[in-house]
Amino acid sequence: MKGREPTRVVGRPYARVDGPAKVTGQTKFADDLMLPRMLHCKLLRSKIAHARIIGIDVSRALARPGVVAIATGANLPIPFGILPVSQDEHALCTDRVRFVGDPVAAIAAVDEDAAFDALGAIEVTYEPLPPIATIEEGLAAAATPIHDYGDSGNIHKLVAMEFGDTEEGFSRADRIYEDLFFYEGNTHLPLEQHAALADYGPDARLTLWSSTQTPHYVHRALAKVLEMPAAKIRVVATPNGGGFGGKSDPFNHEIVVAHLSRVTGRPVKICLTREEVFYCHRGRHPTLMKIRTGVTSDGAITAMHLQTVLDGGGYGSYGVASTYYTGALQTVTYAVPAYRFEGARVFTNKPPCGPKRGHGTPQPRFAQEVQLDKIACDLGIDPAQIRRRHLQPANSLTANFLRVGSIGLGACIDKVVAASGWETRRGKLPHCRGLGLACSSYLSGAGLPIYWNTMPQSGVQLKLDRGGGVTVFCGSTEIGQGSDSILASIVAEVLGVDPFDIRVVTGDTDLTPVDLGSYSSRVTLMTGNAAIQAAGRAREMIVSVAAEKLDVPAARVALAEGRVFDVEEPSRGMPFADAVVLAESRFGTLGTVGSYSPPPSAGRYRGAGVGPSPAYSYSAAIVEVDVDPESGIYTVPKVWIAHDVGKCINPVLVMGQVEGSVYMGLGEAMMEEMAYRSDANANVVHKFPSMLEYKSPTTKESSQISTFLIEDPDANGPFGAKEAGQGPLLPIPPAVANAVYDAVGVRIDEIPVTPEKIARALKARAQGKPARVGPDRFPDVPYPAPIHVPTPAQGGDGRAVDAPVTSAGGVR
Amino acid sequence: FAPHKTLLEVLREDLGLTGTKHGCELGECGTCAVLVDGKPVLSCLVLGLECEDRRVETVEGMAGPAGLHPLQKAFSDLGAAQCGYCTPGFLLTARALLEEKPKPTLAEIQDALAGNLCRCTGYIKIFEAVELAGAWMRGEEAEPRRETLYGFDYDESGLLPVLKP
Repeated sequence: MKGREPTRVVGRPYARVDGPAKVTGQTKFADDLMLPRMLHCKLLRSKIAHARIIGIDVSRALARPGVVAIATGANLPIPFGILPVSQDEHALCTDRVRFVGDPVAAIAAVDEDAAFDALGAIEVTYEPLPPIATIEEGLAAAATPIHDYGDSGNIHKLVAMEFGDTEEGFSRADRIYEDLFFYEGNTHLPLEQHAALADYGPDARLTLWSSTQTPHYVHRALAKVLEMPAAKIRVVATPNGGGFGGKSDPFNHEIVVAHLSRVTGRPVKICLTREEVFYCHRGRHPTLMKIRTGVTSDGAITAMHLQTVLDGGGYGSYGVASTYYTGALQTVTYAVPAYRFEGARVFTNKPPCGPKRGHGTPQPRFAQEVQLDKIACDLGIDPAQIRRRHLQPANSLTANFLRVGSIGLGACIDKVVAASGWETRRGKLPHCRGLGLACSSYLSGAGLPIYWNTMPQSGVQLKLDRGGGVTVFCGSTEIGQGSDSILASIVAEVLGVDPFDIRVVTGDTDLTPVDLGSYSSRVTLMTGNAAIQAAGRAREMIVSVAAEKLDVPAARVALAEGRVFDVEEPSRGMPFADAVVLAESRFGTLGTVGSYSPPPSAGRYRGAGVGPSPAYSYSAAIVEVDVDPESGIYTVPKVWIAHDVGKCINPVLVMGQVEGSVYMGLGEAMMEEMAYRSDANANVVHKFPSMLEYKSPTTKESSQISTFLIEDPDANGPFGAKEAGQGPLLPIPPAVANAVYDAVGVRIDEIPVTPEKIARALKARAQGKPARVGPDRFPDVPYPAPIHVPTPAQGGDGRAVDAPVTSAGGVR
Repeated sequence: FAPHKTLLEVLREDLGLTGTKHGCELGECGTCAVLVDGKPVLSCLVLGLECEDRRVETVEGMAGPAGLHPLQKAFSDLGAAQCGYCTPGFLLTARALLEEKPKPTLAEIQDALAGNLCRCTGYIKIFEAVELAGAWMRGEEAEPRRETLYGFDYDESGLLPVLKP
């Protein structure tokens, strides 16, 4: 198998193929594009969190100088949304606004100033409704829900499932632990503000360039809302100036500029302000969690019961999937023989939450890893050992029917334990310094697509021209993670050429075969496998003509270093370009295709669509903190992280993903929060929609990071590769909280772990109260009775025993 | 250009020099940094008019006839540019630093770049690239550290030697 053979390009730290363009400022981001006669668009956004729209008068604004067209919700009445089950957004609000920042009208004008100046002339009459600000208020608002759909009252989604017999599991436990945790919302904060440029031509075709991670889904949303044939719409994903999940939804502004271009016959561009980026949000869901875990005296888990409730904000977004994700991956790190999960998502009048790096899993991972630290401390077991001893076995099915392949977690733990001096330094550091450990796992792509179908999730086309040039066409989207470079490296490996000699064309729905987008860490695995197939087919053609020319069996033909040659007599051969000429002479125009579909999921219960993945990455991290016991102010001087990436396609790119994940995890752990004003505006007005006040780590807060790349190849990965872009974030927040405990003996069961909370916990301890800051109650959530799924160990076949069978279960 | 236009707007809209990016237009992120008379300046906070008769350098001016500036090459080689959006601002700010202090310490690099936000890299590769470029600019034959490229203890047993044709 390809994954086990030694490689020449794969595994080497090549510079990014898009590096030279990026360091010279020549990469064209969406706002860098300009077309002749281009108009500029501005959105009028609601300043009220919750209200009915009584009327909109645009007549005064239309008369303003430079204004060419104005759109309101009446022009675009068809709803859209990323998930088929949550088509609850409108390009412009039709009858109701649901958060401060919800767009109600759009102006196209000859320049930005003219559009901006006319915004104030639009008159909107609102009838205010009581705003719903919190999880508790959201649960209580059953009679006055924010949307007219959902599972119960104002509750968007309710989930309940049990795998195996948790009561029996708890009865076998020597100890049962129950803890409450809260994870505050935070946002992606990409440096690039969202921007889009639409051009509707006289041929009735629309082109939209946009900083989107998911051109395929934008394509779908445009066709639906604009009532245009999809074949007449071209969406081009410009290189994203950072995504992190924040550009994964189809957005209002993308549809609005397309509409305005159609109406005016002129290109229309919009670039959101930084404040508007905060309103687009789709960031981490604030999540309240209750986790109950039974363990034996040696720390083996006998049963786990997790309850979550998510603050969803004003719209559905990915929220149904996010809700399932808060319960999906608890089982893939340590053996959990019986597992019960209940999740809920409520609507509130705040910017919609969605997928941020780790999508729904960092919150419960924080809960699980901090609780495990408490359990280890209570049982007197080393926190590294309690994890090491009870790892989920490789190539196994979990209680909730996730098929895990390679698991390099043991090796990850060993690396960070050895490198940090964990065994000799933990608990023995100078006063107020401490070490904390945590582990995690993440998907390498979701097993099922958002729109269920049997088509590939990723496609690649390869073109070879007679000059020896190779072009890769793929729908994947370069968001900074290096997806273009991965395609180039893989094709270069298979065809034996230099990655820089390969042209990569991506993210263009007219030119490239569909790839579903840059989300769920799917790109390296899925586009990589598709690229291997396409390149393998091209290689076969080249090998066959070269074998004939060299008069050797095909098995003796090798492709490397830009040559095609006889492996037993390497001097006999030809340049790659000559071999391409031979192949084109023989076969005609050279082009091949490759595609990838994940293996079928094992689960057959409702909800089984969220969690399965072709492969799971694993991470272990140890964080060192230095806490000032007076103020609670702390620093993180050092982080050790080991990440099982299966196989590095390019190690320096993996390093960048791991370091970036650690940084973003530290930002979440220490300071970042989507905070709302607690005043007359009732917790629904964003406290600081600006980069200055939304605190994120600067160069001055950066920690020293020692990274270890562990390669435990997975049979499903291209050359064995798994993901690297999201997983390494996950262990950081719990490791920080665990390190703070090791340093000063207080538990902060809430993210972010701010100095103020540490100081509060230290003060509480000094007063003889529990040395803890965190939630102290879990609300009454009307979770339904769970479906019951017998586990693989019980002989279950993946179906629920007391529920109707679905094709693959899932989020619909 | 209109007198109220910022240097950022003049560069991007009137001169077509879109290499200079923007992240907030409020002076918070450092993305739009350019050099005015050799000093880093946030172009979103300066009027174009204020720059009359002053020397303005953007990322477009960094590469010379001989190719990339050492900082550009180091950023590209190490992946210090991921999405690349904050990169022009970092490059110019780092260039001003290296011209003033050819061999900065890590703390000096962190201080100099403290006004520039990056969300992709965690800054690590950026620090390493500035150090590497500094060494090259001092005429040293520096190479990236092994752990910069591979992390610690990387297992290379699966790699074939690179053939020299």
